[in-house]
Amino acid sequence: MHAFETAHASFVQVALAVSAFLFVIGAIGVFVRRNVITVMMCVELMLNAVNLAFIAFSRAHGTIDGQILVFFVFTVAAAEAAVGLAIVIALQRNREDLDVDSFNLLKG
Amino acid sequence: MILDVILFYGAALVAIASGLFVISQRNPINSAFSLIITMCSLAVMFAMLGSGFIAVLQVVVYAGAIMVLFLFVIMLLNAKQEEGERMGGIGRAGIILGVILAIQSVMVVWKGSSILPANHRDTASVDVARGLFSDPRFLYPFEATSILILAAMVGAIVVARKEKGK
Repeated sequence: MHAFETAHASFVQVALAVSAFLFVIGAIGVFVRRNVITVMMCVELMLNAVNLAFIAFSRAHGTIDGQILVFFVFTVAAAEAAVGLAIVIALQRNREDLDVDSFNLLKG
Repeated sequence: MILDVILFYGAALVAIASGLFVISQRNPINSAFSLIITMCSLAVMFAMLGSGFIAVLQVVVYAGAIMVLFLFVIMLLNAKQEEGERMGGIGRAGIILGVILAIQSVMVVWKGSSILPANHRDTASVDVARGLFSDPRFLYPFEATSILILAAMVGAIVVARKEKGK
């Protein structure tokens, strides 16, 4: 029983470490990738990392609140993906380019 | 018991490896498929952390719906492979910032996880539903998300619509 408990405590710690790594990977991807769709996928990766941290803390505290927040993150991510991909389609139609460095109309 | 540990650590390794694949591929299709693998292994981790309902939602909503939307747009726009690295040194700046962020998060996890409480409890979908609908902290935001999704639907159609006379 004791070994089981310690194994689960380390599960929470491992989950938090994986969450931190995935968030960093997503953040680096936002900077180094040039395709706007890949950049959006990196944002989704960061959202997933945050979800993992929520679930791990929900587990550690024995409450349900973290899981409900993950539920809200899901709905916001779905809305964000829908609107973001619509913008990508509009960009492709008007500029015929998907490179983030070429969208610089606001540059002074 | 030992099988639990192997499965959890295996899922963690697959998640990080496929996450690295997402940002190292030049072809967006490969990135999208790697991201699906990341999400499925994260679903395994969610289930093993005692939230089965969220694990199912992760597979159905994220790996199913959102990623299909991404793949659909990639194939619709016929997105090409990227050529060359990002200009202007922003890529290098991003890598440096990422390394700093990694050091910070490792330190936070390392120092902070010793003070974590250990009230472990498995939860069923009934518990999630009870928390969502009987707690006014979450009930009103939940109703508000319906407005958000309606607005996103209308917004997506308006933005992606082809304008008349063009």
